[in-house]
Amino acid sequence: MELLVEGVSHRYGNLQALEGIELAVREGETLALLGPSGCGKSTLLGIMGGLLAPSAGRVRVRGAAPPGSLNHFTYVFQDFALLPWRTVAGNVALALEHHPLGAAERARRIEEALRLTGLEEFARAYPKQLSGGMRQRVGIARATAVRPAVLFLDEPLSSLDAQTRELLMEDLVKIWGRERTTSVYVTHNLFEALRMADRIAVLSRRPGRVKEIVAVDIPLAERGAPEHAATITALHNRIWELIRDEVQVADREVHDG
Amino acid sequence: MAERSMAAAELVRFRGGGFEPGLRRGAAWLVLALILAAWQAASSSGLLPALVMPSPLQVLHAFADMWRSGRLTIDLEASLSRVAWGWTIGTAAGLAAGIAMGIWSSARSVGIPVVSALFPIPKIALLPLLILWFGIGEPSKVATIALGVFFPTVITGYSSVDAVPRNLIRMAQSFNVPRHAIIRKILLPGAMPGILAGFRISSSIALILLVAAEMIGAEHGVGAFILQAGNLMQTDQLVAGVVVLSVLGLAISYLLGRLERALLRWG
Ligand SMILES: Nc1ncnc2c1ncn2[C@@H]1O[C@H](COP(=O)(O)OP(=O)(O)O)[C@@H](O)[C@H]1O
Ligand SMILES: [Mg+2]
Repeated sequence: MELLVEGVSHRYGNLQALEGIELAVREGETLALLGPSGCGKSTLLGIMGGLLAPSAGRVRVRGAAPPGSLNHFTYVFQDFALLPWRTVAGNVALALEHHPLGAAERARRIEEALRLTGLEEFARAYPKQLSGGMRQRVGIARATAVRPAVLFLDEPLSSLDAQTRELLMEDLVKIWGRERTTSVYVTHNLFEALRMADRIAVLSRRPGRVKEIVAVDIPLAERGAPEHAATITALHNRIWELIRDEVQVADREVHDG
Repeated sequence: MAERSMAAAELVRFRGGGFEPGLRRGAAWLVLALILAAWQAASSSGLLPALVMPSPLQVLHAFADMWRSGRLTIDLEASLSRVAWGWTIGTAAGLAAGIAMGIWSSARSVGIPVVSALFPIPKIALLPLLILWFGIGEPSKVATIALGVFFPTVITGYSSVDAVPRNLIRMAQSFNVPRHAIIRKILLPGAMPGILAGFRISSSIALILLVAAEMIGAEHGVGAFILQAGNLMQTDQLVAGVVVLSVLGLAISYLLGRLERALLRWG
């Protein structure tokens, strides 16, 4: 499924968070939204999936959802958003319970999602018993169980430590290699974007605009290979030049409230 | 090199620890036994006249008398049924109103001013009015307790719903979970810890109002029993009645603890 963002702007009171965003997410690709914190990435992601009404502009879809898709636009959240009173399997089940699936089909989907994310042994554990990395796997399992047409990931690895992040990135790349779900991956981390995305949309701050869209023409599975190191470094340097000043401004900002 | 460091080596002084108060096993029973022993000694030696304060043994006798004469059963039954009805009605109505105020703006806009205006009234002051409405019998006492329980329950109801993390609700919306299912599967379980904590407050309010209402006008009930004993200067019976009340309070708190452990195993 393709997603077309057309002239989207958004204001919070006096704050112009987004202005004139034009974006197309292509079928089967992973598009990263990269920018410093506060540049409107979460706002844009919310608008793209229909959780937030934009002040102006619209978002359209084109093409068919994959067969068996129960929830076309599905999110993975930075803070996991798991129900602490439900087990791992119960949290995945929440996404399926209101759909008219047979009990067998529901159980099958839960099992498959848990297997895909390496959570089979933890089906009956509660979120508080799990590490951060395992909790985010539950968030990913819940999202894959509904077979999304477009997967929105809002800084899915930002609350994890570096090693856990590395493991989860490898797993996500593997899952994407199999499913080829159209995805939008929000991050403020340039390395993450270079590892996970087919294209990187670099956003500016206040108001959030698309500065540039950079294609990373290396298959996801080969991003770590030595023969691509030079290309990746060149891309890294180029994007860093684009965002450096804004990161500095964002970093020095004093927040109120 | 090795010699030099050996000569200068000093132990690093430990500065951590402390500030972790724990409970010693059996300490509670020991303290209780000591207090009872001291109390009994003071009474036996004549330091504490029976008219001021009966000895623990006298209280025990009075309690046995109450038990044998069947008064304990009658009074306890009367009191228990009043608290049970009053608390249940007040809690059910309070939760319904409070949860509605936690969900709908319309309910909240109407509810908050009404609750703010009526909450500060000491509910026992309404007993005479309730007696005029319902008569001197059970309904006026039950209604007093129910009213006293209702308002704090409304407040814990909506503040517990408010305390449910909004990101969970947004998550459910992102999966197209229907509204009624969001209420049932996310708001209610999420509000449960707050609601159960509120039960502890409302149950102690119910006990206070029970005793007050029974002292104002009742033939039976632990409160009436204590008042009558006081009028007759039977301090042994009076203290026995107070002990019954405190056991009742402990029993309620124990049951609520069980309920919390059963419902909040995940927490
Ligand atoms: N609900 C809101 N009300 C007011 N301002 C908001 C709200 N949500 C976000 N903002 C502001 O909008 C800007 C963009 O926020 P956000 O989309 O969360 O950025 P990002 O996800 O890139 O960090 C920030 O300056 C933030 O303070
Ligand atoms: Mg964000």
